[in-house]
Amino acid sequence: MPKITYIEDSGKEHVVEAPVGQTVMEAAVKHAVPGIDADCGGACACATCHVYVDPEWLAKTGEQNSMEQSMLDFANDVETNSRLSCQIKVTPDLDGLVVRLPKSQH
Amino acid sequence: MGEIKRIIIIGAGQAGGETAQRLRQGGFAGDITLIGEEPAAPYQRPPLSKAYLKGELSMDRLLLRPAEMYAEENITLLTKLRAVWIDRSNKKVRVEGGRELPYDALVLATGAKPRKLPLVGADLEGVFLFRTAGDVDRVRERFVSGARLVVIGAGYIGLEVAAVARQCGLEVTVVETAVRPLARVTSPEVAGFFLDEHTRQGVRFVLGGQPAVLKGQDRVTGVALTDGMEIPADIVIAGIGVTPDIALAEQCGLTVANGILTDRHCRTADPAIYAIGDCAARPMVHFEGRIARLESVHNAVEGAKVVAAHLLGAKDHTEEAPWFWSDQYDLKLQIAGLFHGYEHVAFRGVMADRAFAAFYYKGERLIAVDAVNKPAEYLGAKMLIQTGRSLPPAVLEDTSRPMKELVASAR
Repeated sequence: MPKITYIEDSGKEHVVEAPVGQTVMEAAVKHAVPGIDADCGGACACATCHVYVDPEWLAKTGEQNSMEQSMLDFANDVETNSRLSCQIKVTPDLDGLVVRLPKSQH
Repeated sequence: MGEIKRIIIIGAGQAGGETAQRLRQGGFAGDITLIGEEPAAPYQRPPLSKAYLKGELSMDRLLLRPAEMYAEENITLLTKLRAVWIDRSNKKVRVEGGRELPYDALVLATGAKPRKLPLVGADLEGVFLFRTAGDVDRVRERFVSGARLVVIGAGYIGLEVAAVARQCGLEVTVVETAVRPLARVTSPEVAGFFLDEHTRQGVRFVLGGQPAVLKGQDRVTGVALTDGMEIPADIVIAGIGVTPDIALAEQCGLTVANGILTDRHCRTADPAIYAIGDCAARPMVHFEGRIARLESVHNAVEGAKVVAAHLLGAKDHTEEAPWFWSDQYDLKLQIAGLFHGYEHVAFRGVMADRAFAAFYYKGERLIAVDAVNKPAEYLGAKMLIQTGRSLPPAVLEDTSRPMKELVASAR
């Protein structure tokens, strides 16, 4: 199973085994990684699963879709590598993915 | 209240599940017992009428957390178990079978029960309510191309079910007693947009139709209306709303109006008992403290956050403005605020583009938004409502300026 590393704003790391087909958000929530709220459960309705994709991985995670882009427009501390983790599907290619979490989702 | 060592949560839906989790994450070291009537660990209900019905999402993806996580976090999850009695003076909950569990703090997250059709034939095979994963599992076996489905009730659940059914190739008729769909939850304009969309997708509507009896010997064969019309059916799904599950609260003498009444900390008149989620009504901080009972994920999660903060003695949770969503076909409807009592509606974008936002005003104040495929308008308006700011209709109607810029200019 692909491994994903989530790094909290404090620097604390969480390594999670993420089933292919789930999203990067779901894998975090199911392993209680703090800092990803994902209140809407992945419906792209709440913008509380914001992550920064490690620059090395940007090509593999793909680009923001238009709905995601609009949602991120209103999130805090958005960077060029910002994504909503509910919109990143786990694939075998993402084994080793590193994402960082913002200070706050609200 | 004295030292809190034992917390019992009755109701293992999203509100109950989130409360248990947030208490543990927030550092509560005492006993947490979560009691639920359904067989599954807490799961998300919104996908039931969307991706789960369509077969695109499995049960384990619906779960808030994998079932084994509760034991790992030392949360006692008791499923398929009903709490039957609350003894407030001795602070005990009795469950089916007679066992009594003591508590220092009790959280009622009992949710709501779907209204059953008050009609002859409502118990026939092929007639379904729509609330639990179990309900949907039973319906789904019959969701085959060509089957004739009658949905009674044109609220969000009814229309979401109709959309999935059309996508699965069923013949769909929606019967609604009101003269328009979504009468309770949105404006005539936005309701008209969804009516047109469903009609174009092949859904037949009988508006102002009053079901009289469900026909059939053992299984349902049709729905007869009071005006004599008869609609043949292989499946009937009732989506006529829910009633809050207040039985335990009434039994133990808590104040109940439309839901269990609480203060803004979700606390009932008994300081040891909280009530959250679909079963509870509380003052809305963004709406001058108006008491409301909301049926939504937002409300379930907010209740969990408010109660966890209060029980942990942490800083009060800063509440978000209410939000909701509905997915139908390729349309994503996102709603923020509460539209009830609006006096004026302003539109940004046009319906023909299948991407627009309706902003609702009371006087000069923005109180809600319905955004269809317009996430920036949704989030922007939500932010305004949450911070008590507003923008005049003419400003929001001006599509030449981006939403973000407009929101930044608001006072």
